[in-house]
Amino acid sequence: MFARQIALAALLPLGLFQPVQAEPVTHHVLENGLEVVVIEDRRAPVVVNMVWYRVGAADEPPGQSGIAHFLEHLMFKGTDTLGPGEFSAVVEANGGRDNAFTSWDYTGYFQRVAADRLELMVEMEADRMVNLSFTEAEWLPERDVILEERGQVLESRVGAQFNEAMLATLYKAHPYGTPIIGWRHEMEGLTGAMAMDFHAAHYGPNNAIAVIAGDVDTDAALALARAHYGAIPPNPAVATVPRPTEPPHLAARRLSFEDARVGTPYVSRIYLAPPRRAGDQAEAAALQMLAALLGGSATTSVLERRLNFDEGIALSAWAGYNGLARDHATFSLGMAPVEGVSLAEGEAALDRVVAEFLRDGVDLEQFERVRRQLRASEIYALDDMQARARQYGVALSIGLTIDDVRGWIDALEAVTPEDVIAAGQMLLDTRASVTGFLTRPEPEASTEFSQ
Amino acid sequence: MKRLIALFVLIAFPLRAEVDITPVTSSSGLEAWLVEERSIPFISLELIFAGGATIEPDDQAGAVSLMTSLLSEGAGEMDAQAFAARTEELAARLRFDSGRDTVSVSARFLTEDAEAVIDHLRLALTEPRLDADAIERVRGQMLAKLRRDALDPNTLASRAFARAAFDGHPYARETDGTLETVAALDRAALVSAHQGAIARDRVFIGAAGDIDAETLGPLLDRLFEGIPETGAPLPDPVSFQASPGLEVIPFDGPQSVVALGHAGIARDDPEFLAAFVVNEVFGGGRFGTRLMRSLREERGLTYGVGAFLSSGLLGHSYQGRVSTDNANVEFVMELLREEWARMAREGISEDERARIVTYLTGAYPLRFDGNSSIASIMASMQYQGFDMDYVNRRNDMVRSLSLDELNAVAARLYDPEALFFVVVGQPAGLN
Repeated sequence: MFARQIALAALLPLGLFQPVQAEPVTHHVLENGLEVVVIEDRRAPVVVNMVWYRVGAADEPPGQSGIAHFLEHLMFKGTDTLGPGEFSAVVEANGGRDNAFTSWDYTGYFQRVAADRLELMVEMEADRMVNLSFTEAEWLPERDVILEERGQVLESRVGAQFNEAMLATLYKAHPYGTPIIGWRHEMEGLTGAMAMDFHAAHYGPNNAIAVIAGDVDTDAALALARAHYGAIPPNPAVATVPRPTEPPHLAARRLSFEDARVGTPYVSRIYLAPPRRAGDQAEAAALQMLAALLGGSATTSVLERRLNFDEGIALSAWAGYNGLARDHATFSLGMAPVEGVSLAEGEAALDRVVAEFLRDGVDLEQFERVRRQLRASEIYALDDMQARARQYGVALSIGLTIDDVRGWIDALEAVTPEDVIAAGQMLLDTRASVTGFLTRPEPEASTEFSQ
Repeated sequence: MKRLIALFVLIAFPLRAEVDITPVTSSSGLEAWLVEERSIPFISLELIFAGGATIEPDDQAGAVSLMTSLLSEGAGEMDAQAFAARTEELAARLRFDSGRDTVSVSARFLTEDAEAVIDHLRLALTEPRLDADAIERVRGQMLAKLRRDALDPNTLASRAFARAAFDGHPYARETDGTLETVAALDRAALVSAHQGAIARDRVFIGAAGDIDAETLGPLLDRLFEGIPETGAPLPDPVSFQASPGLEVIPFDGPQSVVALGHAGIARDDPEFLAAFVVNEVFGGGRFGTRLMRSLREERGLTYGVGAFLSSGLLGHSYQGRVSTDNANVEFVMELLREEWARMAREGISEDERARIVTYLTGAYPLRFDGNSSIASIMASMQYQGFDMDYVNRRNDMVRSLSLDELNAVAARLYDPEALFFVVVGQPAGLN
């Protein structure tokens, strides 16, 4: 996920924690196809206004990797009536903050402002949905900005480069293997015209979700949405872009990434996994619970307890499941060995502990603790309005429904220990996976000889 | 450096008048600021202990950091596994953090479990086990982090800057120590760090959520039972001492990280707020600042550039940060000097003043949007030395700053001749 500004690059992890059912969240569809979600939270006089487009880096034309993210930047460069930078300037003049983010499946824009400034925000989002306009004087330096962004957040961070290489190896055909920010050599050739074409092909009310959250009455929010977005005709060009699909995975892949900047070597494995699907989240829920049991705590999770506490061979160990994707989810495992333990030994230990877990079954006390935290998390989640707005935005962008969001905690609570073990069997088959070693180069053998 | 920025943000956005703060004094004399919010059945509690890493001796650098990490690694009868399992049973979220100036504790727990969580947290604060195996395990993680930091250009830049700025003072040290000092820390050093850092005489308490003052007072007394009255003395303040100039630290990578700055302004200085406002125009972490316009919007030289007042308990500096391609470093440094000089010479315009005042006063309520952020702001405000009255007057004070006042402080703060630069990378044309 690449954001327009650094401070927001680290967004909350999504997945385990979802809102409770009794919340005042409503969903509406306007005649032009725009979906509107309103989340009332009247505790503070603040609103979050978001627009999500169901298009992202996985929908880019061949050779134009990074264009979805480049367009996200250029959305701040003006419309027929707003000058370059004026969008953010208006938000700022109203005491608000704004930003945007791009993923493979979606592109999102948001503002956080005092509740009485909401209408202006909705009006400006509606404006740039259709009236985007900028010149070469804007897009040319902005292309340098995204190249600097790639330099800063990717090429200067060896862990991020490693992850980029892992995904590029995991996917044989699907564009999830292409970095969201783009490959540098393709980014260098992106143009303003390409971005305008991408906007014309994908942006419009019939490919968007508006989320309004905070100190606002649902009817009033809907009236604002109707008044501003409702006047925009559907974009006839909008169509679901067919994406290249994955062929069967017949062989496990491996890579070794060496770099002198590696401070802590580690081994990582990423598996392809089924994502959360509309109306059918049971399998994803079992994988989420599996990830929570294997890696959800830095102390008590199975991998940490065994590899770090009992055996003392890992500095840390982890597992994770990200089920929020349109086409493929990923399940990941990894560990950073202590000094003196090789990555190969670390990988073998990881496999051994996972196999033992699947053989011996779930520790029921741990299972109950995870479930108890799940219920508490519903309450804690109510404290963070922006995170709630994001959950709905992401979910609807990738094809889930409001009911899927509401039903997620129930789906997690319905998972049995047996379901977890059944779901975990996928970890034993490494054909649809990539395993990577992130490591420092061996010290060079001396080429000097003393006489 | 992340911590300093966070601190600075909290200074920047104190309370608006509409937030109803209740001052609470417990029977044993603990003071806290409470914001009651009963609509969600949980409580956020924040403790800030002043002192942090500054209280440790040079040869024990990292002791407070390692000790703080060990607070959640076993207490009372519970070893690390049992302690974590109990935290999970209670569905509480506990965080223990340490930094240069503070040790902080953030707790979030359901109303129904409040007393059990307080007892659990008290054990962590008063009876951490500091077991040998836990020490070795966490020490290993800390050493690994230090090895990573040694290969991170941002960390290298910040450290080199601090070393030059505060040479000879605890502010010059790494908060997490060095490979040597951390490897040498023994249990006695950790016990001493614990006794020195966790004390009643230096704590600031904020609470928000589903609790009233009558309930909070006894709960705090219960939490602080067994916590000593006094801790280790704090070192003397230090003034900024880096000479103008440039330090280049060679580092392989496509970009260079540039840290720059000079002396700043103390947080209890009467002109602090004015300096803060001026910096928001110049380099506050948003779009539309002078630095972002000049380096990013107009020239595409960077993804992000900013400047910040780093005003700690014992010393202060004013700093900027930017990353850019190695080829651009010299040009970027030149632009930064020019912007610095323009600020010293001309200050900001009336238009800039009006816009930043609208922004700052409008952004003010947006900070108070959840129990967790409110509790943390409550504690931080007290730590910063603000009183509740200031809280109510803050926006008016921002509005009443005249252009002359702002530009007088700009002339005082910005000194292009005094700039000290650290460049980490392979900058073209610089050595």
